[in-house]
Amino acid sequence: MTLATLVPLQSVAFALVVLGATAIVLTHDLLRLAVVNGFYGLILVLLFVVYGAPDVALSMLVVSTVAYPLLLLVAITRIRKGK
Amino acid sequence: MSRRTRISVAWVALAGLAVLLVWAYAGLPDFGHYRGPYGFVLDRIATPDRHMANVVNATTYDIRGFDTMGEEFILFAAVVGVVLLLRGEEDEEAEDAIRSDLVRVGGGLAIGLLFLVGLWIVAFGFVSPGGGFQGGVALASAVVMLFVAVSYRAWRRVGQETVLDPIEGLGAGGFVVVGLAALASGLPFLTNFWGPGIPGTLWSGGSAPLVNWAAGIEVCAAMLVLYTEFLEAHVVPSIRGTT
Repeated sequence: MTLATLVPLQSVAFALVVLGATAIVLTHDLLRLAVVNGFYGLILVLLFVVYGAPDVALSMLVVSTVAYPLLLLVAITRIRKGK
Repeated sequence: MSRRTRISVAWVALAGLAVLLVWAYAGLPDFGHYRGPYGFVLDRIATPDRHMANVVNATTYDIRGFDTMGEEFILFAAVVGVVLLLRGEEDEEAEDAIRSDLVRVGGGLAIGLLFLVGLWIVAFGFVSPGGGFQGGVALASAVVMLFVAVSYRAWRRVGQETVLDPIEGLGAGGFVVVGLAALASGLPFLTNFWGPGIPGTLWSGGSAPLVNWAAGIEVCAAMLVLYTEFLEAHVVPSIRGTT
């Protein structure tokens, strides 16, 4: 694939990033936020892939969809317990 | 400060930030026009000299393997810190049952799939994108799915210190042992020994794949130790609270 064929995909990925980031700001429920944030991470993965950085994409994938959500869930459980 | 004033101050600050960001981005080199010298040097070393198709991992596990060892021990130390803070007395069984069929079936399939993907990401680290760190987390996620899709009891068979601590030690220690093996054969610490192999196959990269596997094992075990501690300290008490 040449760079030119990727330009539309890159634009789509960027548009999704904007939408995803807005969705995060507009989400107030913490538990839902953990899920929305995971999806936002997936969008970033897509962005990195269409920009030709598969290694960064893989790192983002494991951090944003595995490592981080679990820590968020733990933190949310702790906050809810404190209430 | 009233809400109105605060909002207007925020807009001014955001506008300033936007101007700075646009200015900074306008000054970046064009996409694909890399300026620094190191990328070109690495490009010339990684595949022709070290026979590694993935330049990123050639850098991480071979050319600057010593720095990666430092990073690995940062992770190791961080996990030890969490364990010291959270490890309480061994707690009793928590009863839980996964009621959703979708979660049970989908999660059960995901366990095998994630495990294979994890192994693949670690093993092909010098051929395609991937490597020990990413693959290690993927492997750990396969095990975590035991808790999500099967039961806490199934997870506890793996998620306990007697199982995980030796594995974590093997990963962290293995990295150093590969480095020392180079030293023992008269080369500087962590020098890539063994022939470089055939590029684009699993038999490429010399001794660096061993370092890569050590990192994969260490990262996988470290993530699982973290999850074990977090689950025990925070999530299990709340499961027990609700049933």
